[in-house]
Amino acid sequence: MNLAFFFEVLIGGLLAGVMYSLVALGFVLIYKASGVFNFAQGAMVFLAALTFVSILKMGINFWLALVITLGVMVVLAIGIEKIVLRPLVNQAPITLFMATIGLTFVLEGLSQLVWGSQPHGLELGIPDVPMKWLSQKWNINVSQFEVFAAGVAGAMVAGLALFFQYTRIGRALRAVADDHQAALAVGIPLKHIWAIVWAVAGFVALVAGLMWGARNGVQFALTFIALKALPVLILGGFDSVPGAIVGGLIIGASEKLAEVYIGPMVGGGIESWFAYVIALLFLLVRPQGLFGEKIIERV
Amino acid sequence: MLYREAGQFKATYAQDQQIFPIRQDRIAFGLLLAAAFVVVPLIANQYWLSAILTPFLILSLATLGLNILTGYAGQLSLGTAAFMAVGAFMAYNFVLRMPWLGVIPSFVLAGLCAAAVGIVFGLPSLRIKGFYLAVATLACQFFVLWAIQRIGWITNYSASGVITAQKIEILGYMFDTPVRKYVLTLAIVAVMALLAKNLMRSETGRAFMAVRDMDVAASVIGIPMMKTKLLAFAISSFYCGVAGALYAYTYLGTVEPEAFTLDLSFRILFMVIIGGVGSILGSFLGAAFITLLPIFLSVLFGGISHATSMEISHAVVSNLESIIFGALIVFFLIVEPHGLARLWQIAKEKLRLWPFPH
Amino acid sequence: MSRAQQVGAAVLSVEGVSLAFGGVKALQEVSFDVHEHEIRAIIGPNGAGKSSMLNVINGVYHPQQGAIRLRANGAWREFRDMDSREAASLGIARTFQNIALFKGMTVLDNVLTGRNLKMRASFLEQAIWIGRARREELQHRRAVEEIIDFLEIQHIRKTPVGKLPYGLQKRVELARALAAEPRLLLLDEPMAGMNLEEKRDMCRFVIDANDHYGTTIVLIEHDMGVVMDISDRVVVLDYGRKIADGTPDEVRANQAVIDAYLGVAH
Repeated sequence: MNLAFFFEVLIGGLLAGVMYSLVALGFVLIYKASGVFNFAQGAMVFLAALTFVSILKMGINFWLALVITLGVMVVLAIGIEKIVLRPLVNQAPITLFMATIGLTFVLEGLSQLVWGSQPHGLELGIPDVPMKWLSQKWNINVSQFEVFAAGVAGAMVAGLALFFQYTRIGRALRAVADDHQAALAVGIPLKHIWAIVWAVAGFVALVAGLMWGARNGVQFALTFIALKALPVLILGGFDSVPGAIVGGLIIGASEKLAEVYIGPMVGGGIESWFAYVIALLFLLVRPQGLFGEKIIERV
Repeated sequence: MLYREAGQFKATYAQDQQIFPIRQDRIAFGLLLAAAFVVVPLIANQYWLSAILTPFLILSLATLGLNILTGYAGQLSLGTAAFMAVGAFMAYNFVLRMPWLGVIPSFVLAGLCAAAVGIVFGLPSLRIKGFYLAVATLACQFFVLWAIQRIGWITNYSASGVITAQKIEILGYMFDTPVRKYVLTLAIVAVMALLAKNLMRSETGRAFMAVRDMDVAASVIGIPMMKTKLLAFAISSFYCGVAGALYAYTYLGTVEPEAFTLDLSFRILFMVIIGGVGSILGSFLGAAFITLLPIFLSVLFGGISHATSMEISHAVVSNLESIIFGALIVFFLIVEPHGLARLWQIAKEKLRLWPFPH
Repeated sequence: MSRAQQVGAAVLSVEGVSLAFGGVKALQEVSFDVHEHEIRAIIGPNGAGKSSMLNVINGVYHPQQGAIRLRANGAWREFRDMDSREAASLGIARTFQNIALFKGMTVLDNVLTGRNLKMRASFLEQAIWIGRARREELQHRRAVEEIIDFLEIQHIRKTPVGKLPYGLQKRVELARALAAEPRLLLLDEPMAGMNLEEKRDMCRFVIDANDHYGTTIVLIEHDMGVVMDISDRVVVLDYGRKIADGTPDEVRANQAVIDAYLGVAH
């Protein structure tokens, strides 16, 4: 077996996994703070990327476009909280989940209605070429862009982890995630908190959208990334920020390795389901994921 | 005035347990069946039969299947289209390789194959619930589609994975016109709906609902968890499998694996939610709604663009469709979680009082 | 108070049961028996382990030590690892403190689920609605209607259970338990949260069930008046240990019991 090739696939997989983690982070945020599994996260990523790219095309400066898009995401977040979440406050989690499925369709339709459905390219200035010193010294091809994305993701995770752990708002979010009633009882303003959380998730969606958009182009297929985030979350635990990273790494790596090494034996295309089967096996053995909290059911 | 129960006494439990205990309901349903079987074939045109009514019936059957699993037994599934695919492709194989079986037995066997797949992918439900289970069913959805495209003999080694459904011949009679296909579909769907209704009213239905509402308590009173959950998956997948076979034989004709994507699974889930979770009638209402809405929208926008001489592109309409579907899902979940079926019930209650206000 | 059923021999025997959750000792070597047709109360301060005891008897929890013995068909069977489904099939039914009804179904359907172990027809027969399935459904409907009459809930039989007030829900849960025609009925605080009238009704139903159906009843209850009135014998638990066992009068006069309830340090 060619060792250099193996490392290339492995690192490529790990980096792809980091990209998944970026999307998974948005899920974790919302789940941590409101117990809602936001199926619409993928649509939010798509909307963010599409809005940004379209604003850029109108000739507006890069950083201004970024700010405007962020503003759009925040407004969207507040709107979602008011129209969808608040009326469903006491319902079963499954109802909320289905509501976010409905939300997904709304956001997808809306994005394309407003901005059109042609794919757009997105240039962030970092080329998708192999890192020179790695490829020259060890014959391993690793994309510069993917390393950059990994760095961005790492920075976000660190930032979010610090935010949750050490700031007042972060503590409030954790309290809300634990027990809505209790949080209310100590005076935490639930509605504001949820609006904040969804806004932050919107920001995460924007970053993820930029990364994915630059890599694959901004097109409708972006929404399917959300589906890939599900196995990541199952592995990492739905409410764990470090779990989203670890889960992403594992899924990304094993998916790529499976495709390259097992794929040819069964005709290829394993990537479409491999991650889910891993998640399935995990669910049977350790449903709360590697880092999540164990769910206990009492009669 | 018209819709009164006064004077209709049920003297035995058997009478109380009829599907339509109220006489007016029985008459109305009889008329509906007569209209569906006799009137429609006589007056409907080809387009309506083959593009609207037949797919509506087929999707109702699939919705019925999903409703049994998700609505009655509470096991969320996003793999409905995969089960339909199994039914479609296995029916093709049975008719192809064992033509002496006949079309109807082939459909039944195809349904059983789908049921077997359902049981396998339903095994995780013994340990996980809610949207974790939904993820497991996603594994099913993606894996089954991949398998159909990769395992050569399923598609009879067709290069693109596309198969062409054979002509339906039952006892020498050919079902090859839209009218005949419609009547055949109607007959199959009607029979299966009756079986489902009977089943959900009996102990099986109660066991399913008990598992949905509080499975720990269900276990304590003696209901077998594993058997009940797997039976729900099996029956539901059987229904979806037969629906898939019908989808291939009386609607699509030429079938590609891409006809059974996740998008279809979501569509059927929407039919369940909008029509009414845990309701046989709801399955039909939901399917009707979602089948008819795109047509309604395109007629509406056709009219608007005609009247204002503005070009409204197809893409715009289809995006609007997405938005309206999504918004309706959220709307129904907030306002009436039991969907159109409950709205129908409420309307009937009002009708009982009519013309009095209360 | 004279009652229709004569109390018979022991039908349930709890022997040296110890149950712990991690470091918390819920029950420590508790032993007592229950005689056929009697009404046995388990009382004690909060946290004494009463619910845990009930959960052990019907197989929801498995004790680390000790055993449960049940007399079935003349012979004694011993369990430590029985699961709750087996318990149900052996004729043990129960109600729960926090009402474990199926909120999405009507009263009638809920009570009918209590008959599930008696239904033999396969799902195919049910789908086609012929023969055995049809007969069974009607036969069990008849049996369930008797219980509905007995507990005076006819007027709400088609109401979804989630819409009923608390007191009626408790009654429906009792109906479901009785529908199984249990030999042993475990009631976990059947009167909790009820007003005086509701309690009186519930007492009447419990006694009537014992009289009419001969069901042996083990109940957990906090209301001393109720306990003294309707039980034949009482077991008192405190901190997971049995501290008294006897008739209501004996237990009432027992100093250890008085101390436990008054919170005297020991």
